[in-house]
Amino acid sequence: MRETEATTEARRAMEVCNACRYCEGFCAVFPAMTMRREFSTGDLSYIANLCHNCKGCYYACQYAPPHPFNINVPQVLAQVRADTYEEYAWPGPLAGLFKRNGTVVSLVAAAGIALVLLLTMALVDHRVLYQPQVGPGAFYRVIPWWLMTTLAGGTFLFSILALVMGFRNFWRDTGGRADELTRGRPLMVALHDILTLKNLGGGGGGCNDRDEAFSQSRRRFHHAMFYGFLLCFASTSTATVYDHFLGLEAPYAFFSLPVQLGFWGGIGMVVGTAGLIWAKIVSDPAPAARNLLGADYALLVLLLLTASTGLLLLALRETGAMGVLLAVHLGIILALFLVIPYSKMVHGVYRSAALLRHALERHPTPPPPGTAPSDRALGSAA
Amino acid sequence: MPDFSRIWDVLVIGGGNAALCAAVTARQAGCSVLLIEHAPKPMRGGNSRHTRNMRTMHPEPTKVLTESYLEDEYWDDLLRVTGGQTDENLARMTIRLTHDALPFMEACGVRFQPSLSGTLSLSRTNLFFLGGGKALVNAYFATAERLGIDILYDTEAVDLKMDDGFVREVVIDHRGFPETVRAKVVIASSGGFQANLEWLKDGWGEAAQNFLVRGTPYAQGKVLRNLLDQGIASVGDPSQCHAVAIDGRAPKYDGGIVTRLDCVPFSVVVNKHGQRFYDEGEDVWPKRYAIWGRLVAQQPDQVAYSIIDSKAERLFMPSVFPAIKADTVGELAVKLGLDPAAVEKTVAQFNAACVPGEFNGTRLDGCRTEGLDPPKTHWARPITDPPFIGYPLRPGITFTYLGVKVDETARVRMDDGRPCANLFASGEIMAGSILGKGYLAGFGMAIGTVFGRIAGREAAKNARN
Repeated sequence: MRETEATTEARRAMEVCNACRYCEGFCAVFPAMTMRREFSTGDLSYIANLCHNCKGCYYACQYAPPHPFNINVPQVLAQVRADTYEEYAWPGPLAGLFKRNGTVVSLVAAAGIALVLLLTMALVDHRVLYQPQVGPGAFYRVIPWWLMTTLAGGTFLFSILALVMGFRNFWRDTGGRADELTRGRPLMVALHDILTLKNLGGGGGGCNDRDEAFSQSRRRFHHAMFYGFLLCFASTSTATVYDHFLGLEAPYAFFSLPVQLGFWGGIGMVVGTAGLIWAKIVSDPAPAARNLLGADYALLVLLLLTASTGLLLLALRETGAMGVLLAVHLGIILALFLVIPYSKMVHGVYRSAALLRHALERHPTPPPPGTAPSDRALGSAA
Repeated sequence: MPDFSRIWDVLVIGGGNAALCAAVTARQAGCSVLLIEHAPKPMRGGNSRHTRNMRTMHPEPTKVLTESYLEDEYWDDLLRVTGGQTDENLARMTIRLTHDALPFMEACGVRFQPSLSGTLSLSRTNLFFLGGGKALVNAYFATAERLGIDILYDTEAVDLKMDDGFVREVVIDHRGFPETVRAKVVIASSGGFQANLEWLKDGWGEAAQNFLVRGTPYAQGKVLRNLLDQGIASVGDPSQCHAVAIDGRAPKYDGGIVTRLDCVPFSVVVNKHGQRFYDEGEDVWPKRYAIWGRLVAQQPDQVAYSIIDSKAERLFMPSVFPAIKADTVGELAVKLGLDPAAVEKTVAQFNAACVPGEFNGTRLDGCRTEGLDPPKTHWARPITDPPFIGYPLRPGITFTYLGVKVDETARVRMDDGRPCANLFASGEIMAGSILGKGYLAGFGMAIGTVFGRIAGREAAKNARN
């Protein structure tokens, strides 16, 4: 990790925090900090990605502005995080997409919609777009199956590859080794922390979502969005199985498994993203990193559009609006798949990696066999 | 802008823990309450914003406190640090009531954390606030707002107009404008005078100019002075203050916890002439840090320098300021602004006087000097291994002992012993009644919480009559 303005300021903040430590009950950032006396850029990258931006430490800080020490941990760690997204981006030349990321994501979304609409117009009889299509294969009459799978599958696989490479860059830079990744117990601990958003709990009573009062709303909205997203993903996966292995072509009945998963997942995503957008709008700007808000809003809106166009498509799929809606929905999904590795979405990868690193630090490798239970034994016990 | 023509039931002066406990308690008892805080909102909370824990009696383990800590042990601890300069009746009552305070604190949204890694181990005796004192203050202010207490920031009490123990009205400075507040009862929770260097000169002379104030700059003691000038009985030694040796590079005010420096026992400490002046290894640091403020204050220019070598570098919590390092003792002396010859001589004499022994940084190890004046009686090891490391030390004042005298109902007494008709006090402004000397970690918050609640309750009773 290169030295940046943000890492320099984060190091200064961490040195003040490390001499204070009043916040150590809040989240994983502070225990990780107390394990160090000096902070390399790799350490700061790790700590910044551990931070869930709950802002508890800002409101509790006796050194927050207007104190001359001017400590604003959530803000500076958010800025370091943004630098790490650029640093670890793969392939490297695309790192620039993280600059003015809100604009990039918005433009890609617009281009995605336009592209799919244009392709549809070019490839199928444009009247299909306005006429009601029903029965098995209705969707493919609007957008051919081969186009849908090639575009979606291709971009998705590339995005997964880019995320994996980003993870690898982060892991190496923060001092991780490949063999650590298979230790069972830390993996379970990290998975628990990721799935429960434990560190958005502010040490039990919630986070400072809005101001100095505590609340669980951001955590709940994020859960709605995240699990909604997983349900939608499960919906697509089951639909793929239905189509390829069971020979059942979409559209499926409302009470079928794929539609139920997608319906409830979509509701979750709409509620979650709308809630998170609302939380951002009403929250105290003091601990926020203003220059990063664009990227946050852009991704949230893109996810909201993904879910809401999906739900709309479900509602209107038997009408003449289906054709255009399907094209718009798939355009948005194409954009989402494209920007996954070059948007705020990457926080999921780096935060998960940081939580795993933290779990590994808290459960260090025991001494060699003979002196204590082996690593493997501990892993299986977990 | 509030309506200053109205009459509040209770006026609370101050915005720290003691003031908030009083205001919330009075409001819960049905009173209308106005709280005035001298500081602007971001700096509210007095010295409570720099605190971290409250010493709490408990008969059995709780979620966050281990084992038990009973009244008699607590009292013994207090007796030891105060050397008897306390009031047993008030002290024991305070101790017992710390136990009762917990449900109140939790109901006000104060959150606690399990015992800690790292710092001084107080997990059995002290209740730690999650996020520290500012988080506690935030919780109380949020509760106060929810309950409908009127809160004015940037508002200082200037003059309590008193007639024979009765406060008629209070002149305030509200954002630079003079106003008059009328309330049936007044609670003074406005702290000591530790940030008032002019006043400190009464006891310390010009040396006070070089003191650093560890906490809030708003502890000017204006209300305390005003009351003592109007025939209110005082307690506590007017010349005394609690001061510790802190990093000399700390800001003048509000440096708080990060300016502390725990290296003295592993070092030699010299004054600006390069001379040692006290046994650095007399006892473990938690028992000695409180005397070093005074020791440094008595040195020329109120400054000293703690010098260690690389062997001791990792034995203590460093302050937030970087260690000053050099390859030779002489070079370090120059960097510290000292006469290299004098420092080299002092270190050489110290090194020659060290008696070989088994060093152990975690207990009294008996590694001492022989034939050195003053001696170093523990952790004495020759300072020989570069890099050599130095930290400047200055006295950092935490609080003052002088206060107003109160009875067990927090009611303020007059010089002639009669109780004031409508004036109560809580927190540092009356803590000298109980803590006349020394300091016991987390006891200031105990007094503030307990007497804040008593003052609020009694004020409410008084306001209803």
